[in-house]
Amino acid sequence: MMGQAPQPPVVALKGVRKGYPLRGGGQRLALADVTFDVARGEFACVVGPSGAGKTTLLRCLAGLAMPTSGTVEFEGTPLRQVPAGVGVVFQDYGRSLFPWLTVRGNVDLALKARGVARDSRPARIAEVLASVGLADAGRSYPWQLSGGMQQRVAIARALACRPDLLLMDEPFASVDAQTRFGLEDLILRVREEFGVTVVFVTHDIDEAVYLADRVIVLSASPGVVSEVIDIALPRPRDQVATKRDETFAAYREHLLGLVMTR
Amino acid sequence: MRGEADAEPGAGRARAGTAPASTAPASTVRAASRVAGRAATRAWLFAALIGAWWAWSAGSTSVYFPPLAKIVRTLWAQWAVGPARAQLGSSLEHLVLGYAIAGLAGIGIGALLWSLRYLREATSPYLYFLYVLPAPVLVPAVITVFGIGAAMKVVIIAFAAVWPTLLNTLDGMRGVDAVKLDTARALGMSGARRTLAVVLPAAAPQVVAGLRNSLQVSIILMVVSEWVASTGGIGYYIVTAQESFDYLGMWSGILMLAIVGGAANLLFVLAENRLLYWHYGARAVEGRA
Ligand SMILES: Nc1ncnc2c1ncn2[C@@H]1O[C@H](COP(=O)(O)OP(=O)(O)O)[C@@H](O)[C@H]1O
Ligand SMILES: [Mg+2]
Repeated sequence: MMGQAPQPPVVALKGVRKGYPLRGGGQRLALADVTFDVARGEFACVVGPSGAGKTTLLRCLAGLAMPTSGTVEFEGTPLRQVPAGVGVVFQDYGRSLFPWLTVRGNVDLALKARGVARDSRPARIAEVLASVGLADAGRSYPWQLSGGMQQRVAIARALACRPDLLLMDEPFASVDAQTRFGLEDLILRVREEFGVTVVFVTHDIDEAVYLADRVIVLSASPGVVSEVIDIALPRPRDQVATKRDETFAAYREHLLGLVMTR
Repeated sequence: MRGEADAEPGAGRARAGTAPASTAPASTVRAASRVAGRAATRAWLFAALIGAWWAWSAGSTSVYFPPLAKIVRTLWAQWAVGPARAQLGSSLEHLVLGYAIAGLAGIGIGALLWSLRYLREATSPYLYFLYVLPAPVLVPAVITVFGIGAAMKVVIIAFAAVWPTLLNTLDGMRGVDAVKLDTARALGMSGARRTLAVVLPAAAPQVVAGLRNSLQVSIILMVVSEWVASTGGIGYYIVTAQESFDYLGMWSGILMLAIVGGAANLLFVLAENRLLYWHYGARAVEGRA
């Protein structure tokens, strides 16, 4: 395991099992038994095929859903609701952003909800929008922006309260490839700037290897952790240089093998 | 207009991914000119219809269908400067009060039922029963309880008009995207704030559709309540004029009612366009994507 950190992990899952009740009784198991920790400052990617339970896992990590059994601890305390130290970015920005509010309004609502004083909010909004390269877009409505820009608004909103942990559920799955590369680099930069721990869910193996310190592989449904791989690629990473690296190719091949055999 | 749209930061950027060629300001201008065009067509049609009525009725000698010119003169004399002003005032008072109660209660009770699932499931059959019950049949019952004063009319309007708003609010809130609810919780919003700042705005298009329906019902019930048992209001005026063979007065009352209905609708549309600006904007973008 990488980083025998002296601090306790930011999140710790122990034997997390999650089933959804079925119509005719009984339940459909989405997560069978998931155990892993995420250390402070780490960038962890969770990969797995569609239906593996990635979204379910993320909702348990966020405190949006309770596991059927097992525990999720955030900074040492069991989760009951979404803690103030957690920010979440959902896959579908079109459904997650509030279209009746401007970009500023969306970020402002996050600050209001966490009780940030009125007079310090404008500066906070400007700061976080600048971090994601949207300094000039504050007065636009989300639907007036491109998909990539909308997802950056969602990232800014999640970061506005300076969370310790950022959870992202396939955040770049619905933008085109070029935009995605830009967003990947943006999230690496923002993570440095905010010093935030990231759990990033994706089904894209290249994306996982490119971003992560550690890749957690979920098996096909119902999800169990089938392997955890430390990614020893140097930082800062670069879309061209890193992906040309032989080590990158080796990780990629290994992970593909894992996912394909399932 | 155009300059203003362009000045909006970010609004002019190309939409990468979905629709690279089109930009927001262009669509705003296009939408605005489409609206203006539609308004012009309507204005022309309206003017043509009035003109036709005016010309067709000009030489009329029938007491039942007096010339429009005469009706308009009576309208002015009676409703603008004459004694019927009091009738108009009383009608408007009941309409505004009854509609406001219906709208607020509809949204409030709708939101309450939405948040209390068991109560909602228990009451839902009755709600739909009351919704489909033609409100005028309740008038005798309301008169029995409230007499024939102003309170009766306000109660009838409010009671009849509350259902469309209530049921639309409930439906709209139930239809709110689960991702939006998750987002609200992930942002740490309390239950009350989630309802007010996320669920209600997300349901607003449907709530507004309900309010529009309620407005129509309110106007109908305003007149009905004045017909049945009353000593004032536009409806009372029309019936009394008709019963005393004052057909000019009757027509002026009908015209006055049309003006009230038209004005109320116009105000509603103006408010709706402001309130749901984001909804129509987002829908126009979706349509192009
Ligand atoms: N709210 C729900 N109710 C019932 N079943 C669900 C629900 N959410 C997810 N599932 C089921 O759980 C499994 C895992 O889903 P999900 O966590 O969305 O996977 P992924 O995000 O990896 O695609 C799927 O089989 C899905 O059908
Ligand atoms: Mg998913």
